[in-house]
Amino acid sequence: MLLISADAFEPAHALSEFKERVAGAGAIVTFSGAVRADANNQSVHQLFLQDYPPLTAAGVSEAMARAEKHWPLLGLSVRHRIGAINVGETIVFVAAASRHRRAAFEAADFLMDFLKTEAMFWKKEISDQGEAWIEPRNDDYADRERWNHIAH
Amino acid sequence: MAQLLYFGKLGDLAGQTSEDIALPRGIDNSAALRRWLDGKLKADGAFLELSVKICINDEMCHEPCPVCDEDKIAFLPPVGGG
Repeated sequence: MLLISADAFEPAHALSEFKERVAGAGAIVTFSGAVRADANNQSVHQLFLQDYPPLTAAGVSEAMARAEKHWPLLGLSVRHRIGAINVGETIVFVAAASRHRRAAFEAADFLMDFLKTEAMFWKKEISDQGEAWIEPRNDDYADRERWNHIAH
Repeated sequence: MAQLLYFGKLGDLAGQTSEDIALPRGIDNSAALRRWLDGKLKADGAFLELSVKICINDEMCHEPCPVCDEDKIAFLPPVGGG
């Protein structure tokens, strides 16, 4: 399941929904990312996320299909906010379920690296110092390289 | 009229996220469009950066590629969500 929306959500609620969908799975791995209160010694007030419908959703769906082809998964869920997001609010939620833990860990890790570096989102940070568009760090790109062997 | 879409920092530079525009005579490929827009918007090279990709009619463009007044042309700076 993929949901890209401007609506705020609680990761605990997203997990609860996911668990119902994959009832009986032995392993569930989740990641949720929230807006940090500080970045580069600046006080952050808000993030603004922009997407490119329908290409953003199509790209994330393709990455989810890659994951499902590569790992024996019982379910996947990706939720991503767009628009204005306040400090402490959840930006992204990824959940993967499988019979055993390794597949779920790796699939969630793969999807987060995709979302950080390849998914069509643009992220602006609004801080004490003004506004700045944020691009992936070199570490983010290096993390993505770990998944080059995952077939398209 | 071509529909131009500006994402991320390019939207700030353009002062809007999209505009419909009649492409001037001679602006018939992606390279010429980049140069023309960069000058028009006084973007100081932002539209010429190799990291900025172009999407035409919702398909990634392998540049240089032709453009025309019927196209929806999106300018995509480096992405990053999460």
